Amino acid sequence: MIIATNVNKQFGKLKALDNVSARCNKGECIALIGPNGSGKTTLIKCILGMVVCDSGFITFNDKNILHDWTYRSQIGYMPQIGRYPDNMTIGQVLSMMKDIRKQNKGLDEELIESFGLQQMFDKRMRTLSGGTRQKVSACLAFMFNPDVLILDEPTAGLDPVSTETLKEKINSEKQKGKLIMITSHILSELDELVTQVIFMQDGKICFHQPIETLKEQTGEQKLSKAIARVMGKQQL
Amino acid sequence: MKKIIKYVIIDILRNRIVLAYTLFLLLISMSVFNLEDNSAKGLLSLLNIILIIVPLVSLLFSAIYVYNSAEFMELLVSQPLKRKTIWLSLYTGLAISMGIAFFVGAGLPILLYAATATGLTMLLMGILLSVIFVAIAMLAAVMTRDKAKGIGVSILLWLYFSLLFDGIILFILFQFADYPLENFMVGVSAFNPIDISRIMILLQLDESALMGYTGAVFKQVFGTTPGLMATFLVLFIWVSMPVWISARKFNRKDL
Repeated sequence: MIIATNVNKQFGKLKALDNVSARCNKGECIALIGPNGSGKTTLIKCILGMVVCDSGFITFNDKNILHDWTYRSQIGYMPQIGRYPDNMTIGQVLSMMKDIRKQNKGLDEELIESFGLQQMFDKRMRTLSGGTRQKVSACLAFMFNPDVLILDEPTAGLDPVSTETLKEKINSEKQKGKLIMITSHILSELDELVTQVIFMQDGKICFHQPIETLKEQTGEQKLSKAIARVMGKQQL
Repeated sequence: MKKIIKYVIIDILRNRIVLAYTLFLLLISMSVFNLEDNSAKGLLSLLNIILIIVPLVSLLFSAIYVYNSAEFMELLVSQPLKRKTIWLSLYTGLAISMGIAFFVGAGLPILLYAATATGLTMLLMGILLSVIFVAIAMLAAVMTRDKAKGIGVSILLWLYFSLLFDGIILFILFQFADYPLENFMVGVSAFNPIDISRIMILLQLDESALMGYTGAVFKQVFGTTPGLMATFLVLFIWVSMPVWISARKFNRKDL
């Protein structure tokens, strides 16, 4: 579904993405992991067209994303740090997005209910805590029933109950055969979700393989331990 | 596109600065017209205030607004929308707000007290100046990532257009006083929208007689229909060029 070919991106002297190629198919749930500053968010932003890559290209359903912008209607994106217009209330932001996307049926408002956001609909965005912002981002990402979900550290700042709610939601979307990309540093919570692992370091993709292969190769049952083993090997 | 313009305008109305600006203009123009019993004199006083304030407020407000709506644009860019649409909507929203603010604040009193050809020229020039300086501010804001730097650049641009440019012209005039510079002056004025507006309005006021031979040349160029058309073409370029360049820059910007 999403194919990145030799993508390069440089910010000044820093090479954020170095010849990155990846192929993501429908029905996969991909964990994008790597140390801080390894280019995970930049890759995600490239896929969304928020960052324009220097060379290489990304295709979505066989169409180059550089000239096609309609593909974004099939993506639900949850940013790492949700930034919204300060003056708007939660309700206004949600209804504005519905208005802009011109989609009024087939909306998935399950998360709004399970997070209990209705009670806070007239709170302004600037008064919200980090966790509540995160909830709003999650609701927006899932609301339009997209085929692809891109979640950048979805559980950072969420309380345990909401984390569980969100994980359940991700799992149920995965059952529907959607492509899901997650970045997270909390590997234990990815264990039950992901089918594939992309490991990035210094802007390069170190490996991209199914989680079973990874576990077999390292002989570990937990993702966190398997990754630790791989990282340890690389340092030696 | 219409929807984004709508949200931009609602947001601008919500922050009330544009309303304050409208009231301020209204207050100034009403008091100017009530102080002078001759409406032509009133127009002349209003001219100087407008040529200073309108560019300043349009420039600064737009630059700050663009920086402050970075979150909003980031949100929109991840949605199925063309970047060009987002940028042009932001421009249109700002231009409509500043244009209407000028129309209500200064235009209505002009129409009430001095609905002459001069008054109408001034109204048109005020709206054009608002729109031009919104475009320049957006260009400055998209070129510099740092907020303080971008606003600083806007202030410098305003200083250049309203003070420095005239200073440079005066300097050239005195240095080359022995040469015929009239046609050169007409050409140079095209590089400053504020100057073009001032000349256009002054010509309507017949004050050009006070400007000597240069005034006569101005009258010859700007007073004719082709000259007038050329002037409006230049002003149109002053709107479209910054908008076009900034839209191209925004298209490749990393958010």
